[in-house]
Amino acid sequence: MRHGVARFVTGFLALPVALYLFYVVWPFAQAAGYSLTDWGGYSDSQRFVGLDNYVRLFSDELIRKAFWHNVFFLITVPLFTIALALFLAFLLNVGGREDRAGIRGVFGSGLYKVIFFFPQVLSLVVIAVMWQQIYRTDQQGLINGLLIKIGLVDADNPIAFTADPEPFLGIPAVLWWLLLIAVWSGAGFYMVLFSAAMQSIPKDIYEAAILDGAGRFDTFFRVTLPLLRDTVSVAWVYLGFIALDMYALVFVMTPSQGGPNHASEIFASVIQFNAFQKGQFGYACAIAVALAIFTILLAALQLRITRRERIEF
Amino acid sequence: MSMVTHTSGSERPRQAPTDGPAAGRRAEAARSGIGGRIFNGFSHLFLVVWAIMVIYPLLWVVMSALKTDSEVIRQPLSLFPKSLQWDNFARAWTAGIDSFFLNTLLVLVFSVTLTMLLGSMAAYALARYEFRGNRLIYWMFLSGLTLPVYLAAVPLFKGVYNMNVVFPLLGPNKHLTLVLVYVAWSLSFTVFFMHSFFRTLPDSIAEAAMVDGASHSRTFFSVMLPVAKPGLISIGIFNVLGQWNQWYLPTLLMQSVSGEPKHQVIAQGLIELSVNQGYKSDWSGLFAGVTMAMLPVLIVYIVFQRQVQSGLTAGVSK
Repeated sequence: MRHGVARFVTGFLALPVALYLFYVVWPFAQAAGYSLTDWGGYSDSQRFVGLDNYVRLFSDELIRKAFWHNVFFLITVPLFTIALALFLAFLLNVGGREDRAGIRGVFGSGLYKVIFFFPQVLSLVVIAVMWQQIYRTDQQGLINGLLIKIGLVDADNPIAFTADPEPFLGIPAVLWWLLLIAVWSGAGFYMVLFSAAMQSIPKDIYEAAILDGAGRFDTFFRVTLPLLRDTVSVAWVYLGFIALDMYALVFVMTPSQGGPNHASEIFASVIQFNAFQKGQFGYACAIAVALAIFTILLAALQLRITRRERIEF
Repeated sequence: MSMVTHTSGSERPRQAPTDGPAAGRRAEAARSGIGGRIFNGFSHLFLVVWAIMVIYPLLWVVMSALKTDSEVIRQPLSLFPKSLQWDNFARAWTAGIDSFFLNTLLVLVFSVTLTMLLGSMAAYALARYEFRGNRLIYWMFLSGLTLPVYLAAVPLFKGVYNMNVVFPLLGPNKHLTLVLVYVAWSLSFTVFFMHSFFRTLPDSIAEAAMVDGASHSRTFFSVMLPVAKPGLISIGIFNVLGQWNQWYLPTLLMQSVSGEPKHQVIAQGLIELSVNQGYKSDWSGLFAGVTMAMLPVLIVYIVFQRQVQSGLTAGVSK
């Protein structure tokens, strides 16, 4: 039985590990190395500069902006998406009529689920290009066109959407408009996730709650929601990753990919800007390493905060 | 709520006895009968509103793709063009979408197959065999899940660019490069997912096969892989969608080196068309392009909705 195990394992692992080392691990390792140099990216000259790039990070105005924009998405994307998804899942699963069997889901909940899930299968790029047309700043845009037609918006002064750097509640308006797209495209997926988790809660827990005289709101907030804690915290971590990866939206939808006037810069766009437009590869790598450390710390922190005793059923 | 005493909501108050705990509960049940109906109506209202918010933009894109350009400009809001302009699709198709599709298909056929094969092979070896370095390799694959792709972008670009000199087939703007890069970047999650799947399979199946004289690799290919089919379907859907929608890696790597045309994939090509206004003022053409990128995925999703929903959500809840 042991015969040939070593050969078999080597044979099965060689190719995947080699590919992974070459295209994933090696670039990461190199990035960490480049971040200690002043390499420009195109020349062969590179000088070891120690931690200079990292010191420079802290006084870079653009990075500071990008950092706060990332923090904004990090808080708002999970918050709004999960709130909306939970609300939709709540309506779907307990919005129906009551009868002998307890509280039902609404009629047609299967169809709603199929529809709400649509944005999830679409590419972020398709979504971005589509919303670019919806957000057009003339009468041709879906929202401006509609609002101008019913007279809510002046045709000479339409909503500027992603070209609008003016702050709203202290945050550039362009970020709010991007947030709307992120929530629109994410809510359905998490609704399906929460729905599935709700349905896996055994019926007798609900029956017990009902016998104790709990209404549907009590049941939801006191029974269902606490039992969903695990799923919600996993969703929060995932949405955190998505929030750090708003780059496709920024790339397609904002003027000069991070504009207007750097009002929508995020880490990824700053990295791209420094590496490919300013030709400062070493510095771009330092930003990227900082982002990676930030991400890992954040993931660890979130997992730590949300960890609690599981309730098995 | 009313497990035992439910008749019809409106009659209940009359029947209720005057006192006792049961009375309170029944009265409450009656209240929630009406309240429940209002709530039910509210649920439907809100759900319908959200459904419209999801469908309307999609429908608007599809219908705009069938309008004339002047209709797009003059009646942007209407969903019903006077006559259906199918030639918008033909125009967009020949304006570049045809080659985007071809490139995407060409890459995906190989990259998804290879991802599944190599991913489940690695996961199987790691999940069911004890050897030195097992944990190390597993954690190495896992760490790829937390690191941002932007971190690797610059050296990856450089590495691929340098490959051009040694082995041009693996240089930038080559299908094979993109295939291998997709596979490498999809391995993390595929290994992670299939690893936990192979762990749950009982030992007895593999042992029975070995007793019957099958080799390790034969056991894997003819016994374990077919048993793991549900897992393979989930992760397969995940990879097809993920790689179909991939835009960052191709934008980075499928760049023209010496002026030759770029082999763009669909997501990358659409960005370029819309960012650079490649269609000039051909709005209906742009809508047609987006529609063509969107519809195949939506149709596949509608046909396989159960598998897609469970496949994608299983990816998160593992």
